[in-house]
Amino acid sequence: MKKVYDRINNMRGNLITVTAAGARLGELAQVHLHDGAKIFASVLKIDGDEVTLQVFKSTRGIATNDKVMFLNREMQATYGDALLGRRLDGVGEPIDGGPKVVGETVNIGTTSFNPVKRIIPREMVRTNIPMIDLFNCLVKSQKIPIFSIPGEPYNQLLMRIANQTDADVVIIGGMGLTFQEYQAFIENAEAYGSMNKTVMFIHRAIDPPVECLLVPDMALACAEKFAVEGKDVLVLLTDMTAFADAIKEIAITMDQVPSNRGYPGSLYSDLASRYEKAVLIEGGGSITIVGVTTMPGDDVTHPIPDNTGYITEGQFYLHGGRIDPFGSLSRLKQLVIGKVTREDHGDLANAMIRLYAESKKARERQSMGFRLSKWDEKLLHYSQLFEDRMMNLEVNYALEAALDLGWQMLAEVFDAGEVGINQALIDKYGPWRKLN
Amino acid sequence: MSESLSPEKPAAASAAGKVEKAFGNLLQVRFAGRVRQGEVAFVKVGDRKLKAEVIEIAGALAKLQVFEDTRGVDFNTEVELTGDLLEAELGPGLLTSIVDGLQNPLEEVAKLSGYFLPTGVYIAPLDRERKWDYIPVAAVGASLKRGDTVGTTSEGRFTHRIMVPFALYGVYRITWTAPRGFYNVDQIVAKAVDPAGREHAFTMTQKWPIKNSLAQGEKIKPTKMMGTGVRIVDTQFPLIKGGTFCTPGPFGAGKTVLQHHLSKYSSVDIVVVVACGERAGEVVEVLREFPHLTDPYTGESLMNRTVIVCNTSSMPVAARESSIYLGITIAEYYRQMGLDVLLLADSTSRWAQALREMSGRLEEIPGDEAFPAYLGSRIAEFYERSGVIALADGAQGSITIGGAVSPAGGNFEEPVTQATLAVVGAFLGLSRERSDSRRYPAIDPLISWSKYVDTIGHELDHQIPEWSAMVKRANKFLLQGNEIGRRMEVVGEEGTSMDDMQIYLKAELYDFSYLQQNAFDKEDAYCPLERQMLLFKLINKIFDKKFKFTSHDEARGFFLNLQNQIKNMNFMPFNSEMYRNAHRIIEESVELR
Repeated sequence: MKKVYDRINNMRGNLITVTAAGARLGELAQVHLHDGAKIFASVLKIDGDEVTLQVFKSTRGIATNDKVMFLNREMQATYGDALLGRRLDGVGEPIDGGPKVVGETVNIGTTSFNPVKRIIPREMVRTNIPMIDLFNCLVKSQKIPIFSIPGEPYNQLLMRIANQTDADVVIIGGMGLTFQEYQAFIENAEAYGSMNKTVMFIHRAIDPPVECLLVPDMALACAEKFAVEGKDVLVLLTDMTAFADAIKEIAITMDQVPSNRGYPGSLYSDLASRYEKAVLIEGGGSITIVGVTTMPGDDVTHPIPDNTGYITEGQFYLHGGRIDPFGSLSRLKQLVIGKVTREDHGDLANAMIRLYAESKKARERQSMGFRLSKWDEKLLHYSQLFEDRMMNLEVNYALEAALDLGWQMLAEVFDAGEVGINQALIDKYGPWRKLN
Repeated sequence: MSESLSPEKPAAASAAGKVEKAFGNLLQVRFAGRVRQGEVAFVKVGDRKLKAEVIEIAGALAKLQVFEDTRGVDFNTEVELTGDLLEAELGPGLLTSIVDGLQNPLEEVAKLSGYFLPTGVYIAPLDRERKWDYIPVAAVGASLKRGDTVGTTSEGRFTHRIMVPFALYGVYRITWTAPRGFYNVDQIVAKAVDPAGREHAFTMTQKWPIKNSLAQGEKIKPTKMMGTGVRIVDTQFPLIKGGTFCTPGPFGAGKTVLQHHLSKYSSVDIVVVVACGERAGEVVEVLREFPHLTDPYTGESLMNRTVIVCNTSSMPVAARESSIYLGITIAEYYRQMGLDVLLLADSTSRWAQALREMSGRLEEIPGDEAFPAYLGSRIAEFYERSGVIALADGAQGSITIGGAVSPAGGNFEEPVTQATLAVVGAFLGLSRERSDSRRYPAIDPLISWSKYVDTIGHELDHQIPEWSAMVKRANKFLLQGNEIGRRMEVVGEEGTSMDDMQIYLKAELYDFSYLQQNAFDKEDAYCPLERQMLLFKLINKIFDKKFKFTSHDEARGFFLNLQNQIKNMNFMPFNSEMYRNAHRIIEESVELR
């Protein structure tokens, strides 16, 4: 039997309190407004028979005598093949004009994957972006954010990764998306014909911030079901900063003591419980998570990127429209470089980065007006090639082609003895002899 | 086994209660009866029972921290109080086990419920079926005290002592012992009477409340070095068996690689790895790799000396707090067998965060960065459980504690790092600057320190006289070299005197070819102490020698060449023909120069 109450005692921010017996922590309720709208809320706190609920829409317009109906279940996602190609909001209602999604329902925010059932990932995800494939490989089941600042093309980068991968299902969790960004995701999926394997959970910038709290959970609950079924799932979460800010908002409304710049002490665990859903299942599917974290004030020590960095397996820095080769790191790359990729991959990538780092110093010397040595000039030439051919986000090469191009660039600028690569590899892959 | 023979505690009159308030994993429960501070309770949600712990009592209300997701709890949910504190089960079979912060064996949990961790499932930590070869030691009529050996069994290569339970105080006279044979952990292997004439039965297991220190014997000063095979640690910032150290560092600076290294190569008998609130993927590497790796000291599988307590970041936060205590309790138990144990906790910051979350829900007045005021004392209390214990039979056991710290923003000024630095004996600080310039291990010699240099020097003096003096001089070289290097950035190489230039280059050489070490190279990854001593002597020869150069370029060229030669030698097998030749050539080029 559903319990219905028609007296709301307090309203504050996105929280309402109701006198209700028997409500359970985490239970879902529906608030029926006078104008016929129905909005979801979930139980956050119980104090005797006084129940505090978090409302997932704006509370504006809710009246003290509106009905609150407890649904006797938790927040759930509907899951099934019917989900593919659909666009839903944070609570799982369609926003694409289509009918309600029919399928199996699953609770969201479920327990952790058992660590002993995890296996070490060994498979590379090809993105055809040299700055990723060549220098910081994405590995299936990795969780990795793009650290960036507003204005950078991080969503385009996400879309490119989505378009290139051979994932069975792509789930996009959008938080605080502007209309344009949202539209761009739709157009991209249509243009690449990937709509039928894509699911979008979208929270738009005009929706109240708390609504985006559910987006990662919805996306990941569905991803988990697909993965257990044996599918490779790619989950794109943008922008996790909006999610963290929503957590802050609720925490402050709840009078929780903030730990750092207003964020609650639980921020690390809150982010970790989402990112840790990335998993590779033995003989089954996988979840790979690529997120976006826009760094407030471009400050990597801000609590959001800082906590994220401790959780994720590396990060891609997107700056000035390019992936920065120095700050970026894929912690899992050692598992695939030279093991599933070509043998020259590791040494070549290291040499290229080392030389690019040296070229940065040469550029400093140039800008300070020092006289440049011959070596400096070679480095400057190399850095130009590196930026045009490798760092440019427009380029699109398969890994093998990118490796060949790397050798080509080195040979164009340097002598074989100058690049500091193992002679055996130079003999096998280096194009020097052919040039002469 | 009859009731009177399961005597560890007189059956406590257990209380019951009902939930009055609930928020997150904090419940306030109205109870009737007797409640102990810190006792375990079970919260009945549907047909599940969630484990919880009493953390505060106010009149008829008890505050409980629940170790699991509390969804489903409502007003008047029933709570059952057990009267027992949060305890670890100790006995043979702990080694090689993988348990969560509440000592649930994760392999067994997986067999029961598949991929995902269930809530409200608690499985006995030790295998109930497995039989152990029990050898009685204490004879009938012997009078024993807590911690005294009743019998032994073999756990891998270790003699596992079956001891009088530590929870029993006073003298117990043995009245019966089981003959040698194979028994499981629940079978009675000895009986004893206490002075009041009550009979007690001992099995091969016992329980101990994890938040209390388990120690029987005299705590003595640690003196023995704990080798790690990491040059910068063993030589410059040595660790000691029974000592403590911490490894703070920003993300990406190589904390994990260092922790893994220490768990593989430390010269101890047993390693307890506590994966506390970090990535599950890192534990998986340990889980999957250790069985295939061999212990450099015994040649056995590394897993045979390892216990893993695994409460990773997405597992319940409250159990993260207990995971640290569980790990140290297991370590203490093995110390009582005269073994050297290393406890590695990665990361203590996550544990501190768990304290902070609960403190916030309890509405305590927050301290720095909202950490509770008692943070410092909790950290101190934890590290104080390390140390060397002289046992009644003359043997010694030790616990070394190494805690990783993950300071917010990589800033060492934050409360957890500061509270930790106040109590540890060595500080291996990892810096972003060093990891960015690929100087691994990224332990920054300019900020790190060890209080054990003199103690270790005392021990090593027999092999190399003046060891600690040489170590201190090397450190001085680094400091001076750094200073000169900074100055050189401003005034240029030409404006630097030749003497200063030499100091700078010597410091660079020491850093490049000695302190830096390749954790992924087969030879260089593990550098035994003997090899370090030889190399350190060579480095000191270079420090001693006053070279004559005509130009800065010549000096730089000479040192660059020299340091590359030494680095190459590090990749050669120790004492191989190739190695000895390289060593001779380097020595000659230093002497003849």
